[in-house]
Amino acid sequence: MKLPIFMDNHSTTPVDQRVVDTMLPYFTEKFGNAASRNHVFGWTAEAAVENARAQIAALIGGDAKEIVFTSGATESDNLALKGVASFYKKLGNHIVTVETEHKAILDSAKRLQREGFEITFLRPAKDGTVSPEQVAEAVGPKTLLVSVMLANNEIGVVQDLEAIGAAIKAKNPKTLFHSDAVQGAGKVPIDVERMKLDLVSLSSHKMYGPKGVGALWVRRKPRVRIDPLIDGGGHERGMRSGTLAVPLIVAFGRAAEIAKAEMAEESARLRALRDRLFRGITAKLNEVYVNGPDPLEHPERRLSGNLNISFAFVEGESLLMALKDVAVSSGSACTSASLEPSYVLRALGAGDDLAHSSIRFGIGRFNTEEEIDYVIDLVTKSVSRLRELSPLWEMHQDGIDINSIQWTPH
Amino acid sequence: MAYSDKVIEHYEHPRNVGSFDKGDEEVGTGLVGAPACGDVMKLQIKVKDGVITDAKFKTFGCGSAIASSSLATEMIKGMTLEQAAEIKNTQIVQELNLPPVKIHCSVLAEDAIKAAIDDYKKKHSR
Repeated sequence: MKLPIFMDNHSTTPVDQRVVDTMLPYFTEKFGNAASRNHVFGWTAEAAVENARAQIAALIGGDAKEIVFTSGATESDNLALKGVASFYKKLGNHIVTVETEHKAILDSAKRLQREGFEITFLRPAKDGTVSPEQVAEAVGPKTLLVSVMLANNEIGVVQDLEAIGAAIKAKNPKTLFHSDAVQGAGKVPIDVERMKLDLVSLSSHKMYGPKGVGALWVRRKPRVRIDPLIDGGGHERGMRSGTLAVPLIVAFGRAAEIAKAEMAEESARLRALRDRLFRGITAKLNEVYVNGPDPLEHPERRLSGNLNISFAFVEGESLLMALKDVAVSSGSACTSASLEPSYVLRALGAGDDLAHSSIRFGIGRFNTEEEIDYVIDLVTKSVSRLRELSPLWEMHQDGIDINSIQWTPH
Repeated sequence: MAYSDKVIEHYEHPRNVGSFDKGDEEVGTGLVGAPACGDVMKLQIKVKDGVITDAKFKTFGCGSAIASSSLATEMIKGMTLEQAAEIKNTQIVQELNLPPVKIHCSVLAEDAIKAAIDDYKKKHSR
Protein backbone atom coordinates (compact mmCIF):
# COMPACT_ATOMS: atom_id res chain seq x y z
CA MET A 1 0.00 0.00 0.00
CA LYS A 2 1.30 3.43 -0.98
CA LEU A 3 1.10 6.52 1.22
CA PRO A 4 -0.38 9.11 1.14
CA ILE A 5 -3.85 7.73 0.47
CA PHE A 6 -6.25 9.83 -1.58
CA MET A 7 -9.73 9.62 -0.08
CA ASP A 8 -11.04 13.02 -1.17
CA ASN A 9 -12.75 12.00 -4.41
CA HIS A 10 -15.47 14.68 -4.09
CA SER A 11 -12.85 17.38 -4.58
CA THR A 12 -11.46 15.78 -7.71
CA THR A 13 -10.51 12.38 -9.10
CA PRO A 14 -7.39 11.08 -10.80
CA VAL A 15 -7.75 10.65 -14.56
CA ASP A 16 -8.41 7.02 -15.45
CA GLN A 17 -5.52 5.60 -17.52
CA ARG A 18 -8.02 4.47 -20.19
CA VAL A 19 -9.13 8.10 -20.48
CA VAL A 20 -5.55 9.36 -20.77
CA ASP A 21 -4.85 6.85 -23.55
CA THR A 22 -7.92 8.00 -25.47
CA MET A 23 -7.09 11.68 -25.23
CA LEU A 24 -3.35 11.74 -25.97
CA PRO A 25 -3.48 11.55 -29.80
CA TYR A 26 -5.63 14.70 -29.80
CA PHE A 27 -2.70 16.74 -28.53
CA THR A 28 -0.36 15.69 -31.33
CA GLU A 29 -1.38 14.02 -34.59
CA LYS A 30 -5.11 14.85 -34.26
CA PHE A 31 -4.71 18.44 -33.12
CA GLY A 32 -7.21 20.10 -35.48
CA ASN A 33 -9.72 22.80 -34.62
CA ALA A 34 -13.20 21.28 -34.52
CA ALA A 35 -14.53 24.44 -36.15
CA SER A 36 -12.30 24.09 -39.24
CA ARG A 37 -14.75 23.00 -41.93
CA ASN A 38 -12.47 22.75 -44.94
CA HIS A 39 -9.80 20.14 -44.16
CA VAL A 40 -9.37 16.73 -42.68
CA PHE A 41 -7.73 17.98 -39.48
CA GLY A 42 -10.89 19.88 -38.62
CA TRP A 43 -13.16 17.02 -39.65
CA THR A 44 -11.27 14.56 -37.47
CA ALA A 45 -11.52 16.86 -34.48
CA GLU A 46 -15.19 17.53 -35.11
CA ALA A 47 -16.01 13.85 -35.37
CA ALA A 48 -14.23 13.19 -32.07
CA VAL A 49 -16.15 16.02 -30.39
CA GLU A 50 -19.47 14.72 -31.73
CA ASN A 51 -18.64 11.27 -30.44
CA ALA A 52 -17.93 12.75 -27.00
CA ARG A 53 -21.22 14.66 -27.08
CA ALA A 54 -23.06 11.40 -27.68
CA GLN A 55 -21.17 9.62 -24.89
CA ILE A 56 -21.97 12.40 -22.39
CA ALA A 57 -25.59 12.75 -23.48
CA ALA A 58 -26.07 8.99 -23.12
CA LEU A 59 -25.03 9.18 -19.47
CA ILE A 60 -28.04 11.37 -18.68
CA GLY A 61 -30.55 10.13 -21.26
CA GLY A 62 -30.27 13.25 -23.42
CA ASP A 63 -29.48 13.94 -27.04
CA ALA A 64 -25.94 14.68 -28.31
CA LYS A 65 -27.10 17.96 -29.88
CA GLU A 66 -28.13 19.24 -26.46
CA ILE A 67 -24.62 19.26 -24.97
CA VAL A 68 -22.87 22.64 -24.62
CA PHE A 69 -19.22 22.33 -23.64
CA THR A 70 -17.85 24.71 -21.02
CA SER A 71 -14.66 25.16 -19.00
CA GLY A 72 -16.19 23.29 -16.07
CA ALA A 73 -19.29 22.99 -13.95
CA THR A 74 -18.82 26.39 -12.32
CA GLU A 75 -19.24 27.94 -15.73
CA SER A 76 -22.16 25.59 -16.49
CA ASP A 77 -23.96 26.65 -13.30
CA ASN A 78 -23.34 30.34 -14.05
CA LEU A 79 -24.57 29.87 -17.61
CA ALA A 80 -27.71 28.02 -16.54
CA LEU A 81 -28.83 30.55 -13.94
CA LYS A 82 -27.71 33.78 -15.54
CA GLY A 83 -28.49 32.59 -19.07
CA VAL A 84 -32.07 31.64 -18.21
CA ALA A 85 -32.62 34.73 -16.07
CA SER A 86 -31.38 37.02 -18.82
CA PHE A 87 -33.30 35.38 -21.64
CA TYR A 88 -36.64 35.00 -19.86
CA LYS A 89 -36.61 38.10 -17.65
CA LYS A 90 -39.76 39.45 -19.29
CA LEU A 91 -41.69 36.34 -18.26
CA GLY A 92 -40.81 36.33 -14.58
CA ASN A 93 -38.37 37.34 -11.87
CA HIS A 94 -38.28 34.44 -9.44
CA ILE A 95 -35.74 31.62 -8.99
CA VAL A 96 -35.85 28.82 -6.41
CA THR A 97 -32.79 27.00 -5.10
CA VAL A 98 -31.50 25.35 -1.91
CA GLU A 99 -29.22 26.62 0.87
CA THR A 100 -26.89 23.62 0.52
CA GLU A 101 -26.16 24.06 -3.19
CA HIS A 102 -22.62 24.56 -4.48
CA LYS A 103 -21.26 28.11 -4.28
CA ALA A 104 -21.40 28.37 -8.09
CA ILE A 105 -25.20 28.21 -7.79
CA LEU A 106 -25.55 30.24 -4.59
CA ASP A 107 -23.27 33.05 -5.70
CA SER A 108 -24.83 33.21 -9.17
CA ALA A 109 -28.25 33.40 -7.49
CA LYS A 110 -27.04 36.14 -5.15
CA ARG A 111 -25.73 38.16 -8.05
CA LEU A 112 -29.13 37.88 -9.76
CA GLN A 113 -30.72 38.92 -6.47
CA ARG A 114 -28.64 42.09 -6.45
CA GLU A 115 -29.81 42.73 -10.01
CA GLY A 116 -33.44 42.60 -8.90
CA PHE A 117 -34.45 38.95 -9.18
CA GLU A 118 -36.30 37.37 -6.31
CA ILE A 119 -34.55 34.26 -5.01
CA THR A 120 -35.96 31.65 -2.65
CA PHE A 121 -33.31 29.62 -0.81
CA LEU A 122 -34.99 26.49 0.53
CA ARG A 123 -33.78 24.97 3.78
CA PRO A 124 -33.39 21.19 3.53
CA ALA A 125 -34.47 18.70 6.19
CA LYS A 126 -31.99 17.57 8.85
CA ASP A 127 -30.69 14.80 6.59
CA GLY A 128 -30.18 17.22 3.69
CA THR A 129 -33.15 16.13 1.59
CA VAL A 130 -35.53 18.58 -0.07
CA SER A 131 -39.14 17.47 -0.38
CA PRO A 132 -41.13 17.84 -3.61
CA GLU A 133 -43.91 19.54 -1.63
CA GLN A 134 -41.47 22.09 -0.27
CA VAL A 135 -40.22 22.89 -3.77
CA ALA A 136 -43.71 23.06 -5.26
CA GLU A 137 -44.82 25.41 -2.51
CA ALA A 138 -42.07 27.85 -3.47
CA VAL A 139 -42.96 27.77 -7.19
CA GLY A 140 -45.33 30.47 -8.41
CA PRO A 141 -46.52 31.98 -11.70
CA LYS A 142 -43.38 34.17 -11.90
CA THR A 143 -40.90 31.36 -11.20
CA LEU A 144 -38.50 31.06 -14.12
CA LEU A 145 -36.23 28.37 -12.77
CA VAL A 146 -35.74 25.86 -9.98
CA SER A 147 -32.21 24.60 -9.35
CA VAL A 148 -31.68 21.53 -7.14
CA MET A 149 -28.44 19.56 -7.14
CA LEU A 150 -28.52 15.82 -7.76
CA ALA A 151 -26.01 14.94 -5.04
CA ASN A 152 -24.35 17.13 -2.45
CA ASN A 153 -20.58 17.49 -2.47
CA GLU A 154 -20.23 17.45 1.33
CA ILE A 155 -22.82 15.08 2.71
CA GLY A 156 -23.52 13.05 -0.42
CA VAL A 157 -27.30 13.31 -0.10
CA VAL A 158 -29.02 12.27 -3.33
CA GLN A 159 -32.20 14.22 -4.05
CA ASP A 160 -35.33 12.63 -5.49
CA LEU A 161 -35.22 14.65 -8.70
CA GLU A 162 -37.98 12.61 -10.32
CA ALA A 163 -40.49 13.57 -7.63
CA ILE A 164 -39.20 17.15 -7.48
CA GLY A 165 -39.39 17.55 -11.28
CA ALA A 166 -42.95 16.26 -11.32
CA ALA A 167 -43.95 18.60 -8.50
CA ILE A 168 -42.46 21.64 -10.23
CA LYS A 169 -44.16 20.98 -13.57
CA ALA A 170 -47.48 20.23 -11.89
CA LYS A 171 -47.38 23.62 -10.19
CA ASN A 172 -46.09 25.63 -13.16
CA PRO A 173 -45.38 23.82 -16.46
CA LYS A 174 -43.39 26.83 -17.70
CA THR A 175 -40.89 26.80 -14.84
CA LEU A 176 -37.56 25.37 -15.97
CA PHE A 177 -35.77 22.74 -13.90
CA HIS A 178 -31.97 22.78 -13.59
CA SER A 179 -29.74 20.40 -11.70
CA ASP A 180 -26.08 20.69 -10.79
CA ALA A 181 -25.35 16.98 -11.31
CA VAL A 182 -21.59 17.26 -10.84
CA GLN A 183 -21.30 14.88 -7.88
CA GLY A 184 -24.04 12.48 -8.92
CA ALA A 185 -23.40 12.04 -12.63
CA GLY A 186 -21.67 8.77 -13.36
CA LYS A 187 -22.42 7.55 -9.85
CA VAL A 188 -26.22 7.35 -9.73
CA PRO A 189 -28.52 7.00 -12.74
CA ILE A 190 -29.89 10.21 -14.27
CA ASP A 191 -32.66 10.41 -16.82
CA VAL A 192 -33.53 13.89 -18.01
CA GLU A 193 -36.91 12.71 -19.33
CA ARG A 194 -38.01 10.87 -16.21
CA MET A 195 -36.78 13.75 -14.02
CA LYS A 196 -38.34 16.41 -16.29
CA LEU A 197 -35.06 18.32 -16.36
CA ASP A 198 -34.41 21.25 -18.68
CA LEU A 199 -30.76 21.98 -17.87
CA VAL A 200 -28.02 19.86 -16.29
CA SER A 201 -24.48 20.88 -15.24
CA LEU A 202 -21.74 18.28 -15.58
CA SER A 203 -18.04 18.15 -14.79
CA SER A 204 -15.33 15.91 -16.21
CA HIS A 205 -12.85 15.85 -13.34
CA LYS A 206 -15.31 14.39 -10.83
CA MET A 207 -15.72 11.30 -13.02
CA TYR A 208 -12.08 10.39 -13.67
CA GLY A 209 -11.67 12.79 -16.57
CA PRO A 210 -9.36 15.81 -16.78
CA LYS A 211 -9.90 19.22 -15.15
CA GLY A 212 -10.83 22.21 -17.29
CA VAL A 213 -13.87 20.87 -19.09
CA GLY A 214 -17.55 20.57 -18.26
CA ALA A 215 -20.88 20.70 -19.99
CA LEU A 216 -24.31 22.19 -19.74
CA TRP A 217 -27.06 20.02 -21.16
CA VAL A 218 -29.82 22.27 -22.54
CA ARG A 219 -33.13 20.72 -23.61
CA ARG A 220 -34.14 21.14 -27.25
CA LYS A 221 -37.66 19.66 -27.15
CA PRO A 222 -39.33 21.84 -26.09
CA ARG A 223 -36.53 24.28 -26.76
CA VAL A 224 -34.93 25.98 -23.76
CA ARG A 225 -33.19 29.28 -24.53
CA ILE A 226 -30.33 30.92 -22.69
CA ASP A 227 -28.37 34.09 -23.25
CA PRO A 228 -24.62 33.35 -23.53
CA LEU A 229 -22.12 34.63 -21.00
CA ILE A 230 -19.31 34.55 -23.56
CA ASP A 231 -19.72 36.02 -27.03
CA GLY A 232 -17.52 35.30 -30.02
CA GLY A 233 -17.46 32.90 -32.93
CA GLY A 234 -20.87 31.42 -32.19
CA HIS A 235 -19.63 27.96 -31.16
CA GLU A 236 -21.96 25.60 -29.33
CA ARG A 237 -25.02 26.97 -31.15
CA GLY A 238 -24.21 30.45 -29.92
CA MET A 239 -24.52 29.50 -26.26
CA ARG A 240 -20.79 29.35 -25.57
CA SER A 241 -18.25 30.77 -27.96
CA GLY A 242 -14.60 29.78 -27.90
CA THR A 243 -12.50 27.12 -29.64
CA LEU A 244 -13.38 23.71 -28.26
CA ALA A 245 -10.75 22.01 -26.07
CA VAL A 246 -10.78 18.88 -28.21
CA PRO A 247 -8.44 16.64 -26.15
CA LEU A 248 -10.30 17.48 -22.94
CA ILE A 249 -13.68 16.94 -24.57
CA VAL A 250 -12.61 13.57 -26.01
CA ALA A 251 -11.40 12.57 -22.56
CA PHE A 252 -14.61 13.77 -20.89
CA GLY A 253 -16.61 11.66 -23.35
CA ARG A 254 -14.55 8.55 -22.66
CA ALA A 255 -14.82 9.13 -18.90
CA ALA A 256 -18.61 9.39 -19.20
CA GLU A 257 -18.73 6.22 -21.28
CA ILE A 258 -16.72 4.27 -18.69
CA ALA A 259 -18.81 5.69 -15.84
CA LYS A 260 -22.03 4.59 -17.52
CA ALA A 261 -20.76 1.11 -18.34
CA GLU A 262 -19.37 0.45 -14.87
CA MET A 263 -21.79 2.41 -12.69
CA ALA A 264 -23.73 -0.46 -11.15
CA GLU A 265 -20.69 -2.56 -10.34
CA GLU A 266 -18.60 0.37 -9.12
CA SER A 267 -21.37 1.73 -6.95
CA ALA A 268 -21.80 -1.61 -5.19
CA ARG A 269 -18.07 -1.89 -4.61
CA LEU A 270 -17.77 1.66 -3.22
CA ARG A 271 -20.75 1.12 -0.98
CA ALA A 272 -19.15 -1.98 0.50
CA LEU A 273 -15.95 -0.01 1.18
CA ARG A 274 -17.88 2.92 2.64
CA ASP A 275 -19.92 0.67 4.92
CA ARG A 276 -16.75 -1.11 6.02
CA LEU A 277 -15.22 2.26 6.92
CA PHE A 278 -18.34 3.40 8.78
CA ARG A 279 -18.79 0.14 10.67
CA GLY A 280 -15.08 -0.06 11.46
CA ILE A 281 -14.97 3.43 12.95
CA THR A 282 -18.23 3.23 14.90
CA ALA A 283 -17.28 -0.19 16.31
CA LYS A 284 -14.29 1.40 18.01
CA LEU A 285 -15.41 4.96 18.78
CA ASN A 286 -18.53 6.36 20.41
CA GLU A 287 -19.97 9.86 20.07
CA VAL A 288 -19.68 9.70 16.27
CA TYR A 289 -22.49 11.38 14.34
CA VAL A 290 -23.44 10.97 10.69
CA ASN A 291 -24.04 14.14 8.69
CA GLY A 292 -26.64 13.53 6.00
CA PRO A 293 -28.73 10.39 5.46
CA ASP A 294 -27.78 7.30 7.47
CA PRO A 295 -25.57 5.23 5.14
CA LEU A 296 -26.88 1.90 6.43
CA GLU A 297 -30.58 2.77 6.75
CA HIS A 298 -30.99 4.95 3.64
CA PRO A 299 -28.21 3.97 1.23
CA GLU A 300 -30.35 5.02 -1.74
CA ARG A 301 -30.32 8.61 -0.51
CA ARG A 302 -26.53 8.81 -0.26
CA LEU A 303 -23.66 8.59 -2.76
CA SER A 304 -22.09 5.20 -2.23
CA GLY A 305 -18.55 6.58 -1.86
CA ASN A 306 -19.50 9.32 0.61
CA LEU A 307 -19.15 9.30 4.37
CA ASN A 308 -19.38 12.53 6.37
CA ILE A 309 -19.16 12.11 10.12
CA SER A 310 -18.52 14.28 13.14
CA PHE A 311 -16.28 13.12 15.95
CA ALA A 312 -17.73 14.99 18.91
CA PHE A 313 -15.27 16.86 21.15
CA VAL A 314 -12.49 16.75 18.53
CA GLU A 315 -11.80 19.68 16.23
CA GLY A 316 -11.66 18.75 12.54
CA GLU A 317 -8.47 20.48 11.49
CA SER A 318 -6.49 18.98 14.36
CA LEU A 319 -7.75 15.58 13.23
CA LEU A 320 -6.70 16.29 9.64
CA MET A 321 -3.24 17.03 10.99
CA ALA A 322 -3.12 13.60 12.57
CA LEU A 323 -4.34 12.02 9.34
CA LYS A 324 -1.50 13.55 7.38
CA ASP A 325 -1.02 10.41 5.28
CA VAL A 326 -4.68 10.42 4.28
CA ALA A 327 -6.21 13.10 2.07
CA VAL A 328 -9.71 13.86 3.40
CA SER A 329 -11.46 17.13 4.14
CA SER A 330 -13.25 18.80 7.03
CA GLY A 331 -16.12 21.23 7.52
CA SER A 332 -14.10 22.90 10.25
CA ALA A 333 -13.78 26.67 9.97
CA CYS A 334 -10.03 26.40 10.31
CA THR A 335 -9.78 24.64 6.96
CA SER A 336 -11.75 27.25 5.04
CA ALA A 337 -10.56 30.62 3.85
CA SER A 338 -13.59 32.33 5.39
CA LEU A 339 -13.01 30.95 8.92
CA GLU A 340 -16.68 29.90 8.93
CA PRO A 341 -17.60 26.26 9.47
CA SER A 342 -19.33 24.43 6.63
CA TYR A 343 -22.48 26.26 5.51
CA VAL A 344 -23.90 22.92 4.38
CA LEU A 345 -23.71 21.38 7.84
CA ARG A 346 -25.01 24.58 9.44
CA ALA A 347 -28.02 24.57 7.10
CA LEU A 348 -28.83 21.09 8.43
CA GLY A 349 -28.90 22.53 11.94
CA ALA A 350 -26.05 20.27 13.05
CA GLY A 351 -24.75 22.85 15.52
CA ASP A 352 -21.51 24.70 14.97
CA ASP A 353 -19.57 22.45 17.32
CA LEU A 354 -20.40 19.35 15.26
CA ALA A 355 -19.66 21.20 12.01
CA HIS A 356 -16.19 21.95 13.41
CA SER A 357 -15.74 18.25 14.17
CA SER A 358 -16.72 16.90 10.77
CA ILE A 359 -14.62 14.85 8.38
CA ARG A 360 -15.62 14.01 4.80
CA PHE A 361 -14.36 10.77 3.31
CA GLY A 362 -14.74 10.50 -0.47
CA ILE A 363 -14.06 6.95 -1.57
CA GLY A 364 -13.38 6.49 -5.26
CA ARG A 365 -12.58 4.07 -8.08
CA PHE A 366 -9.00 3.45 -7.01
CA ASN A 367 -9.38 3.00 -3.25
CA THR A 368 -8.80 -0.47 -1.82
CA GLU A 369 -9.98 -2.45 1.18
CA GLU A 370 -6.45 -2.34 2.57
CA GLU A 371 -6.57 1.47 2.48
CA ILE A 372 -9.94 1.48 4.25
CA ASP A 373 -8.55 -0.68 7.05
CA TYR A 374 -5.51 1.57 7.41
CA VAL A 375 -7.79 4.62 7.66
CA ILE A 376 -10.05 2.97 10.26
CA ASP A 377 -7.03 2.24 12.42
CA LEU A 378 -5.47 5.69 12.02
CA VAL A 379 -8.75 7.56 12.62
CA THR A 380 -9.53 5.51 15.71
CA LYS A 381 -6.12 6.11 17.26
CA SER A 382 -6.04 9.80 16.37
CA VAL A 383 -9.53 10.57 17.67
CA SER A 384 -8.76 8.75 20.92
CA ARG A 385 -5.52 10.71 21.36
CA LEU A 386 -7.17 14.06 20.61
CA ARG A 387 -10.03 13.30 22.98
CA GLU A 388 -7.50 12.75 25.76
CA LEU A 389 -6.37 16.30 24.94
CA SER A 390 -9.88 17.73 24.80
CA PRO A 391 -11.39 19.63 27.75
CA LEU A 392 -14.83 19.01 26.22
CA TRP A 393 -14.30 15.26 26.22
CA GLU A 394 -13.23 15.48 29.87
CA MET A 395 -16.41 17.39 30.74
CA HIS A 396 -18.49 14.87 28.83
CA GLN A 397 -16.84 12.01 30.77
CA ASP A 398 -17.64 13.87 34.00
CA GLY A 399 -21.29 14.06 32.98
CA ILE A 400 -21.25 17.79 32.25
CA ASP A 401 -23.47 18.92 29.36
CA ILE A 402 -21.29 21.28 27.34
CA ASN A 403 -24.40 23.09 26.14
CA SER A 404 -25.16 24.10 29.73
CA ILE A 405 -21.98 26.17 30.03
CA GLN A 406 -21.88 29.93 29.42
CA TRP A 407 -19.19 30.08 26.73
CA THR A 408 -17.60 33.30 25.61
CA PRO A 409 -17.61 33.39 21.81
CA HIS A 410 -14.59 35.15 20.38
CA MET B 1 -1.98 25.04 4.94
CA ALA B 2 1.57 24.26 5.87
CA TYR B 3 2.39 24.25 9.56
CA SER B 4 5.66 25.41 11.08
CA ASP B 5 7.93 22.70 12.46
CA LYS B 6 7.40 24.07 15.97
CA VAL B 7 3.61 23.79 15.71
CA ILE B 8 3.94 20.21 14.47
CA GLU B 9 6.41 19.39 17.24
CA HIS B 10 4.08 20.68 19.98
CA TYR B 11 1.07 19.05 18.31
CA GLU B 12 2.76 15.67 18.15
CA HIS B 13 4.37 15.92 21.59
CA PRO B 14 2.23 18.29 23.62
CA ARG B 15 3.73 19.29 26.97
CA ASN B 16 1.86 19.26 30.25
CA VAL B 17 -1.39 17.67 29.11
CA GLY B 18 -3.77 16.91 31.93
CA SER B 19 -5.82 18.31 34.76
CA PHE B 20 -5.46 19.34 38.38
CA ASP B 21 -8.25 19.13 40.93
CA LYS B 22 -10.23 22.33 40.36
CA GLY B 23 -11.16 22.50 44.04
CA ASP B 24 -7.55 22.50 45.22
CA GLU B 25 -6.68 25.79 46.98
CA GLU B 26 -3.33 25.95 45.17
CA VAL B 27 -4.93 25.61 41.73
CA GLY B 28 -6.25 28.28 39.38
CA THR B 29 -8.32 27.26 36.35
CA GLY B 30 -8.94 29.19 33.17
CA LEU B 31 -11.51 27.99 30.61
CA VAL B 32 -11.76 30.16 27.50
CA GLY B 33 -13.17 29.96 23.99
CA ALA B 34 -16.37 28.30 22.78
CA PRO B 35 -17.16 24.99 21.06
CA ALA B 36 -19.18 26.85 18.41
CA CYS B 37 -16.05 28.82 17.46
CA GLY B 38 -14.00 25.66 17.13
CA ASP B 39 -11.64 26.19 20.05
CA VAL B 40 -11.78 25.79 23.81
CA MET B 41 -8.74 25.92 26.08
CA LYS B 42 -8.52 24.84 29.67
CA LEU B 43 -5.31 25.96 31.36
CA GLN B 44 -4.54 25.30 35.03
CA ILE B 45 -1.78 26.57 37.26
CA LYS B 46 -0.50 25.34 40.60
CA VAL B 47 0.82 28.17 42.75
CA LYS B 48 3.07 28.22 45.80
CA ASP B 49 4.25 31.48 47.43
CA GLY B 50 3.21 33.49 44.38
CA VAL B 51 5.17 31.27 41.97
CA ILE B 52 3.66 28.95 39.36
CA THR B 53 5.17 25.57 40.22
CA ASP B 54 3.25 23.54 37.67
CA ALA B 55 0.83 24.00 34.79
CA LYS B 56 -1.46 21.75 32.77
CA PHE B 57 -3.75 22.17 29.77
CA LYS B 58 -6.37 20.54 27.61
CA THR B 59 -7.42 22.03 24.30
CA PHE B 60 -10.18 21.43 21.77
CA GLY B 61 -9.02 23.21 18.66
CA CYS B 62 -6.79 23.16 15.63
CA GLY B 63 -3.12 22.20 15.72
CA SER B 64 -2.05 25.79 16.28
CA ALA B 65 -4.41 26.12 19.24
CA ILE B 66 -3.01 22.94 20.78
CA ALA B 67 0.56 24.14 20.18
CA SER B 68 -0.18 27.62 21.59
CA SER B 69 -1.55 26.24 24.84
CA SER B 70 1.19 23.63 25.12
CA LEU B 71 3.81 26.37 24.74
CA ALA B 72 1.96 28.62 27.20
CA THR B 73 2.19 25.99 29.96
CA GLU B 74 5.93 25.65 29.30
CA MET B 75 6.46 29.39 29.42
CA ILE B 76 4.68 30.09 32.68
CA LYS B 77 6.21 27.33 34.78
CA GLY B 78 8.56 28.93 37.31
CA MET B 79 7.17 32.43 36.75
CA THR B 80 5.58 34.56 39.42
CA LEU B 81 1.91 35.39 38.90
CA GLU B 82 2.90 38.94 37.95
CA GLN B 83 5.38 37.74 35.34
CA ALA B 84 2.89 35.29 33.85
CA ALA B 85 0.23 37.99 33.64
CA GLU B 86 2.63 40.02 31.50
CA ILE B 87 2.90 37.37 28.76
CA LYS B 88 1.67 38.70 25.43
CA ASN B 89 0.22 36.67 22.59
CA THR B 90 2.85 38.09 20.24
CA GLN B 91 5.52 36.09 22.08
CA ILE B 92 3.60 32.90 21.23
CA VAL B 93 3.11 34.02 17.63
CA GLN B 94 6.84 34.56 17.29
CA GLU B 95 7.92 31.38 18.99
CA LEU B 96 5.55 29.19 16.92
CA ASN B 97 5.77 31.14 13.67
CA LEU B 98 1.99 31.41 13.47
CA PRO B 99 0.50 32.76 10.24
CA PRO B 100 -2.00 35.67 10.44
CA VAL B 101 -5.08 33.39 10.31
CA LYS B 102 -3.87 31.59 13.44
CA ILE B 103 -3.17 34.63 15.62
CA HIS B 104 -6.48 34.13 17.41
CA CYS B 105 -5.03 30.88 18.81
CA SER B 106 -2.26 32.82 20.57
CA VAL B 107 -4.78 35.37 21.86
CA LEU B 108 -6.81 32.55 23.33
CA ALA B 109 -3.70 31.14 25.04
CA GLU B 110 -2.97 34.57 26.57
CA ASP B 111 -6.58 34.79 27.73
CA ALA B 112 -6.32 31.31 29.25
CA ILE B 113 -3.26 32.28 31.31
CA LYS B 114 -5.00 35.43 32.57
CA ALA B 115 -8.20 33.52 33.36
CA ALA B 116 -6.26 30.93 35.38
CA ILE B 117 -4.47 33.67 37.36
CA ASP B 118 -7.78 35.49 38.00
CA ASP B 119 -9.37 32.28 39.22
CA TYR B 120 -6.48 31.65 41.61
CA LYS B 121 -6.61 35.22 42.92
CA LYS B 122 -10.36 35.05 43.43
CA LYS B 123 -9.93 31.93 45.54
CA HIS B 124 -7.42 33.74 47.74
CA SER B 125 -9.16 37.09 48.09
CA ARG B 126 -11.76 35.60 50.38
